[in-house]
Amino acid sequence: MSIRVFVPRDTTALALGADAIANRLAREAAARGEPITLVRNGSRGLAWLEPLVEVETPTGRFAYGPVTSADIPALLESGMLEGSVNHSLALGPTEDIDYLARQQRLTFARIGITDPLSIDDYRAHSGFVGLEAALALEPQGIVEEVKASGLRGRGGAAFPTGIKWQTVLDTPADQKYIVCNADEGDSGTFADRLVMECDPYMLIEGMTIAGLAVKATQGYIYLRSEYPLAKEVLDEAIARAEQAGFLGENLCGSGRAFHLEVRLGAGAYICGEETSLLESLEGKRGLVRFKPPLPAIEGLFGRPTVVNNVLSLAAVPFILAEGAEAYASHGMGRSRGTLALQLAGNVQRGGLIELAFGTTLRTLMEEFGGGTLSGKPLRAVQVGGPLGAYLPEAQWDLPLDYEAFAAESAVLGHGGVVMFDESVDMAEQARFSMEFCKVESCGKCTPCRIGSTRGVEVIDRIRANHNREDNLALLHDLCETMVDGSLCAMGGMTPFPVQSALKYFPDDFQRAANGDRS
Amino acid sequence: MNKSQEWSLQSIQTEINALHHKPGALLPILHALQDRFGFIPSEAIPLIAESLQQTRAEVHGVISFYHHFRTTPPGRHVVQICRAEACQSVGARQLEAHAKARLGVDYHQTTPDREITLEAVYCLGNCACGPSIRVDDSVRGRVTPEAFDALLDELQTRPLEVMA
Ligand SMILES: Cc1cc2nc3c(=O)[nH]c(=O)nc-3n(C[C@H](O)[C@H](O)[C@H](O)COP(=O)(O)O)c2cc1C
Ligand code: SF4
Ligand code: FES
Ligand code: FES
Repeated sequence: MSIRVFVPRDTTALALGADAIANRLAREAAARGEPITLVRNGSRGLAWLEPLVEVETPTGRFAYGPVTSADIPALLESGMLEGSVNHSLALGPTEDIDYLARQQRLTFARIGITDPLSIDDYRAHSGFVGLEAALALEPQGIVEEVKASGLRGRGGAAFPTGIKWQTVLDTPADQKYIVCNADEGDSGTFADRLVMECDPYMLIEGMTIAGLAVKATQGYIYLRSEYPLAKEVLDEAIARAEQAGFLGENLCGSGRAFHLEVRLGAGAYICGEETSLLESLEGKRGLVRFKPPLPAIEGLFGRPTVVNNVLSLAAVPFILAEGAEAYASHGMGRSRGTLALQLAGNVQRGGLIELAFGTTLRTLMEEFGGGTLSGKPLRAVQVGGPLGAYLPEAQWDLPLDYEAFAAESAVLGHGGVVMFDESVDMAEQARFSMEFCKVESCGKCTPCRIGSTRGVEVIDRIRANHNREDNLALLHDLCETMVDGSLCAMGGMTPFPVQSALKYFPDDFQRAANGDRS
Repeated sequence: MNKSQEWSLQSIQTEINALHHKPGALLPILHALQDRFGFIPSEAIPLIAESLQQTRAEVHGVISFYHHFRTTPPGRHVVQICRAEACQSVGARQLEAHAKARLGVDYHQTTPDREITLEAVYCLGNCACGPSIRVDDSVRGRVTPEAFDALLDELQTRPLEVMA
């Protein structure tokens, strides 16, 4: 049998030339009389090492990275196909790479190991065990298991998933829906994308279990249009799962049904907000709805609907397969289980880091991240996407826990951690926050729609030193108005990054836009 | 590379007919039209409105709400530059300025030779390896101004290889 070589094909690996590497490897290996079997696996999530090529040996998989196409001849010459470590890109056994070995991978246990579209691979790595367990339970039994796991929504609001499911189960209706929120709009986040591109059956399984739990027979994955590869992989995975009886009219021969369809968004950040998302799925403009009614009671097409983030749904197969306790035994306080952190921006070693709640930001940024990419001192970090606060060094010892962050007016959100070195101009970042809100506001309420436009103008005046002190006071007032008067968190939280910049980096608002002190 | 076909009223109607029975069919129809023709011709609006029994104003309102939909034909390639925070932290602002200067256009504009339409995008999910850009359907990472220039040369000399 020829040697199996793995070249990932997630967006990041492809963005760094993985296709060219796969082609060249196949060609050069054949030319050397050492034919290989190429497997296009998912990514291990070690973005800084992408493209990360792996070779299967009798003693496990050996990693090489970050590889460029030009490295291939020398790598082959060094004995890469035997797992040799005689090349500067050789990393040794993949599982021993510190960055990976130190993680607690529950949701991402399979990622990068398997061929994302292979159902055989999926099953060989505990796939569909959770579904089988769910099929043996009554709906209430599934909901109890999810409640006991302590799982809270990973999309940002951290609402207990089991309680949401209970509401939908308890609301009678002719049709109910499971909607997966795959809009992943936050800058610095890519964990949903990794699930969809690298382990799509896990999401399909999680949604199917949700359907069984609340008696919903139709699911939609609302996917952002910025993720064309995820669309392609999901469509194919859904077709194969139907073929194999893991989706459709008769799930695993149980007589129970669940259907699934991917729907594309169209470049609107606000459509990640669950009610805007539902409007969009119904074919309308993505205007945020007033709540109540909750989507769990009157959601898609007015029917009871579970709306959950990709990672919330992806955690469910593990919970059903291994039991609620296996999940709940990780974490701290009311934050149970693991959190998929995404280390991004100006960082040496960015990537996906799945850890039990409770690690500090500093550990994450220093021990995993290895500091900034530029090598300059780290100055600020934005956690939780564009609506999250910028945190100065004094806050880097905060444990990653929903309650600890909330106490500091910060959010964990979807787990994005974006690092900035000392060259960052925080007044410019604050301006961007307002500009982003202006571009992405749904326009339904005044504090958000007009407030963000004014916010940009006021910050421009501050940076141009026009009545600086008056305009700073105005900016504070404007932020308060937005926080107090906005219908949803778009307008209500845009001030968080702005206020944190003002509070912790006031000097940046005292100099001119070109960076000189005035 | 943009594989758009010429539109006709008949081909628009074919796309609509294939999807209009779906619940919430409007976005799927708009995507299908834009995928096939590169944009949504204004002549499609009355046809969609008729098929979905909505007003033209409603259909128009939906098209204009979403940044992704365009109502004029794009250039041969669409280049999107990520403007979001993670890319900003590694030089997206410089890349954006460079791209605009090099192409001589602003966002939402097409070069006079109709080769490239420049668009802004807020995150492509490649945030650990930015600055990121998307060229048609493929994402590129760690795009320095020099890499951007090399990419333009590549686009102008041969059709972009589809990353599959
Ligand atoms: C402006 C805005 C954008 C949001 N974007 C997303 C998103 O991209 N993905 C997501 O899962 N949740 C997003 N949310 C949160 C959703 O409204 C909702 O809380 C979530 O989908 C519920 O799922 P969960 O309980 O599994 O987290 C956003 C909220 C707001 C206010
Ligand atoms: S806060 Fe902004 S995005 Fe949210 S409902 Fe109001 S206008 Fe729409
Ligand atoms: S909700 Fe519209 S202005 Fe407050
Ligand atoms: S912020 Fe640019 S790819 Fe995510």
